[in-house]
Order: sequence, then C-alpha cells, then structure tokens
Amino acid sequence: MVAKALKSFFRRVFSRMFGQKKELKMGFYGPPNAGKTSLANRICKDFTGEEIGSVSKVPHETRSVQFKEKVEISYKGKKMMFKIIDTPGIATKIDYEDFLKFKIKKKDAKNRAKEATQGVVESIKWLDDVDVVVIVLDATENPYNQVNITIIGNLVARKIPVLIVANKVDLRKANIKKIESAFPEYDVVGISARYGKNLEEFYESIFRLAKKV
Amino acid sequence: MIKKKSLGKIKGFSIQFLPYSELSGMDSTQRIKKILNIVLGNVILIIQGKIESHEESRLIEDTMAMIGHVKGFKGIELAVISGDNDEGFFVRIRRGLINAMGGGNLGALTIIGPATIVKEIKKNPKKIELLLDK
Repeated sequence: MVAKALKSFFRRVFSRMFGQKKELKMGFYGPPNAGKTSLANRICKDFTGEEIGSVSKVPHETRSVQFKEKVEISYKGKKMMFKIIDTPGIATKIDYEDFLKFKIKKKDAKNRAKEATQGVVESIKWLDDVDVVVIVLDATENPYNQVNITIIGNLVARKIPVLIVANKVDLRKANIKKIESAFPEYDVVGISARYGKNLEEFYESIFRLAKKV
Repeated sequence: MIKKKSLGKIKGFSIQFLPYSELSGMDSTQRIKKILNIVLGNVILIIQGKIESHEESRLIEDTMAMIGHVKGFKGIELAVISGDNDEGFFVRIRRGLINAMGGGNLGALTIIGPATIVKEIKKNPKKIELLLDK
C-alpha cells in the first residue's frame, strides 16, 4: 500500500512538472442496485456516445469491472479527461435464492451468485487503483449501511477524494437529507441517473473533486 | 394501536462477546480468521471496539470467497456502532487517549452475524435492530 501511495505521489508530481494531460481514473462504487452503471452510462453517452454496460432491476447486474477510457467531460468551458471505472456493487452477503424471485432459473441464479461474489472481490481490489471515487447511493434506502461506511473508510485511508451521489431523487421515497446527515464531511449531490436530473451540479462537483487529486 | 409482532419459528441462536483484548495482539489475517471461524459456527459475534476499515474490506473479500465453497454459507451481516459522533472536544481527546492505550477504538461495538441467521441489521444514529431470519 505504501509503495502504491509513493508511486501515485511521484506520478502526480511528474505529471504536474511536465504538464502532461492526464486521465483521471474515476471509480463508481456503492451497494448493488444503487445506479452506478446508470450514472456511468449517462456520462459515457453524453461525452462519447456509447454506454458502458447493461442495467437491470435484478441486483448484481454488473459482475465485473467495466471501463471506458478517454472520456472527456466538458462543462461550462472546462474540460477534463477521465477513465470511467464502473464496479460491481459491494455486498456482505449473496444468496442465489434472491435471484429466483426475478424468475431466473436455478442454474443461472447460482452462476450469477458465483460471478457476483467474484465481482465484489474485484471491486475491493480496484480501490488501490483509482484517483477519485463517486459513491452512488440509492436515496430511497437507509444510508447507514456498513458497506457504505467500509468503502468510505478505505478511501479515507488511501486519501482518495470522494463525492457522494444520492441517486433516484425522482422517487417519492428519496431522502437526500438523510444521506447528508449520515456523511456530513462529504459533498452530496442528488441526481436521477435514469432521467438525467441535476447532472449539471454533478459535473460541477466532479471538477471540484478532480482538483483535490 | 400497537402492532403485534410474531417471532416466527426461531429455533435458537448463540451470541458470543469478544473483548478487544482477544484481538489486539493479532495481525489482520489472524483477526479475520478468528472472526470468520466464530461466525461460521452460526454464532452472532459482538466485538468490543472495531476492526480497521482495511480489515473490514478484507473480511468482506474472505466472506465472498467462502460463499459457494462452505455449505449453506450465504455471507455475513455487519454493523459497527460508534458513540463518538456527537461528543465534545475534551471528551474526544479523553477517548482518543483511552483508545491509544487500549490499542483500538474501544468506544465502538461491532456486530457480525451469519446471513443465514441475521437477515438484516438496521442501523440509524440512535438505534440498531437485528432482524433475524425465521
């Protein structure tokens, strides 16, 4: 971990010294079904014309890390290059029987569960290789979930800048205030990735976040 | 009107308390191994204090690796209750000193249970609820 921190430090110093246009690695983290891929898709579609992955109501649709390189986000005259890293949702339990409720066959459900467990491990491993992180939370769910706290704790320990996105604000049950009071030290932006609501504030926050690197 | 809640058919479960002193002399690998060994015995574990965030993520990784390999194991439910959010400056300093001497955050409690028994741990700043699987 120390070696990685040193490597990251020197990379930043040299990059600044020689004015190299860098590509910031922006990871999307959070619990399953919070809308990480929906948001990553929205950004990629807006700035590259292509999506990054498929979305579904069934949890653990994203079961391996997905990338989109050279995504240049431009907003109000500012431009910045990102590598978008969409990660599988982090969970502490995965039961194949939960997938059966979505009319998935038993064999496929078991396979999905197996891939989902591998995806969680892969997500955690990637924490060592991101520059900034957007934590996507479902604004209709209780934010005091230990998974959220564990992810943030790991990012703080690695000194990685964090932005919290309260997704699904289009839903009646959404409660951004609850997320803000759960994480008072962080910027919280309420959006709807599905309907593209409040993305201006999100892009503004992304540029502020990138400055912290 | 008070809603009547049924406990259903819970056959029984064990709760084990682990003082921080039992973990403080261990490295991360040993701590996680000890925690998982207890939880795999279908026991709800209450730890005095909290483990480090990198240990929590390691615990999740190891848990994921066990699902599908340990029969009937579906993962864990995990929650940490820490009472130091609303404290004043001097109380935080005093607690910091106590924690430094004790070698860990002793003002916290960590609850870890197997997902086969603990369906959900609902947490908010004021209370914590363990919902058990029937």
